[in-house]
Amino acid sequence: SVAMELPPSHFSAARAAAVAVGYLRYLRGGPGRGLELRELRRARRQDIDDVGHKYYLELELEDVLDKDRTVNCTAEVLYHLGSKTSAPDVQVTVQGELRSTEEAEQEFYNRIRSLEKELVAENIPDSHGNVPPELEPIHLLAWVASGYLIWQNSTENTTFHLAQVKHVKQVKRSDEDLQFDYVLLLHDMVSQEVLPWEVTLLWHPQRGARVSQS
Amino acid sequence: HQVLRVVPQSDEELQKVQELQDLEHLQLDFWLAPRGLGLPVDIRVPFPSLQAVKVHLEASGVSYSIMIEDVQALLEEEQMEMLHSSRQLPLDTDTFNYEAYHTIDEIYSFIDLLVAENPNLVSKLEIGRSTEDRPLYVLKFSTGGTNRPAIWIDTGIHSREWVTQASGVWFAKKIVQDHANNEGVASILETMDIFLEIVTNPDGFAFTQTKNRMWRKTRSKHSSSICVGVDPNRNWDAGFGEAGASSNPCTETYHGPYPNSEPEVKSIVDFVKSHGNIKAFISIHSYSQLLLYPYGYTDTPAPDQEELHEVSAKAVAALSSLYGTKFKYGSIVTTIYRASGSTVDWTYNQGIKYSFTFELRDTGRYGFLLPAKQIVPTAEETWLALKVIMEHARDNLY
Repeated sequence: SVAMELPPSHFSAARAAAVAVGYLRYLRGGPGRGLELRELRRARRQDIDDVGHKYYLELELEDVLDKDRTVNCTAEVLYHLGSKTSAPDVQVTVQGELRSTEEAEQEFYNRIRSLEKELVAENIPDSHGNVPPELEPIHLLAWVASGYLIWQNSTENTTFHLAQVKHVKQVKRSDEDLQFDYVLLLHDMVSQEVLPWEVTLLWHPQRGARVSQS
Repeated sequence: HQVLRVVPQSDEELQKVQELQDLEHLQLDFWLAPRGLGLPVDIRVPFPSLQAVKVHLEASGVSYSIMIEDVQALLEEEQMEMLHSSRQLPLDTDTFNYEAYHTIDEIYSFIDLLVAENPNLVSKLEIGRSTEDRPLYVLKFSTGGTNRPAIWIDTGIHSREWVTQASGVWFAKKIVQDHANNEGVASILETMDIFLEIVTNPDGFAFTQTKNRMWRKTRSKHSSSICVGVDPNRNWDAGFGEAGASSNPCTETYHGPYPNSEPEVKSIVDFVKSHGNIKAFISIHSYSQLLLYPYGYTDTPAPDQEELHEVSAKAVAALSSLYGTKFKYGSIVTTIYRASGSTVDWTYNQGIKYSFTFELRDTGRYGFLLPAKQIVPTAEETWLALKVIMEHARDNLY
């Protein structure tokens, strides 16, 4: 079957784009990098018999900490047929360089490791949209964690966004990873529900982020 | 603080948990409200109330788990603000702070001030009362005439969409300023009236300020369900109850027991019908950066689709010209999702051709929690789009 062109304003294109962005945030995001969709430039959809629906996307992304620059990427999002338990398959190719965040991330890492008391915070942003500057990296790590949840839990009938970090607690570890236990509020545009999700994120400046499956 | 999780397994257990909601002095914060049997209820309990809550639950054999041992909150920026900026009511609409979010009292006070300062242009109408008996106020901007063709704008129908009520306040002041300076919408006011309802869902708005920032619906209780609230944008008599709304009272898109069951909706329906001469109707939401026109409840294109699409293109271009904010546009059903019982589907079917819904900033970075410093830029750019629609209506009266 042939891939059909979709108007970028069509909701199915927007939903697939949200999955691709979530996946990319999980893979490439960090306390010093928050990737945001600037524009969905092109979308095509292919219905593959006995497999599912595949979306081909051309996206323009920006780093919220470096808004003068954008980076293009292509993505493929495959929603599996009738499957409620299987995450969509996502492939993303970033064209060009993302801004380097090594220094800022190393600084963050050192700061958190040297805290005497484990960091705890809630309601990021607060009701008025404020995020205290020292919590911005924690906020961006929440994007990484929510990116994972969004990728894993999206279907063609959902559009998830991170509504708020309800609660975050650092857990000191004996190894070199930082661990943050999050309660994240995810908003699904389609059902309009805002529901809490618990997720544990491990992060290391060189090794990057991963969601802990415990 | 601790966060306790209870999963009620029986009606008795559910009742016990609900009772906790009424014990205001305990200052409990329900992260997940009671919704039904087998569904988790998460409660943040301040230290002084821990004993009382645990005793209350244990006495009825309701089991609970401690989800989070120790919540040590950083003082929220908001709490700081509440303490530091002495929350006095505004003194006049020139010194009013348009760059901040306000309480209902502050907004109602602003409304009275605006009327008092501009008695020849602005009047306040009470079109009804909410479920919790709050007044539903509409501002009328008119330079005279009798029942002139009119434009209706509402903000805040979904209470958590705070940038909309805040923008509504800014619009009100802008209309007055344009008229005073004989520019902008002054020319529209020569032949048309403007009606503006700023706090369209005051009960929900109050709830977002005191209990749950993410509350969307009204605060009505209809059936024997323990759940509260109806989605006011699914409660209109256009495809009511069809696909695109929920019949489950515990969901965010619950359409309600019957059309116009919500006084917040019925009051507008009654107003529109008795006015009889409204030519453009614009309902404002957030977030997503979209300009939408009917229909939501059906795939069938609206008969005026082509014209509405053209007007939308112009409006969106005007909006974007100010700060580069990008909006998409189209019919509700193709651009966002199928939604039945929505406001502008009803107004369109009443014959109000220029029926539009806006979804304002942003596209998900802050979502409902849009930083206050974006209020004025959002209102300014949206106003340019509104002017395009208003001018088109004025120049194409029907």
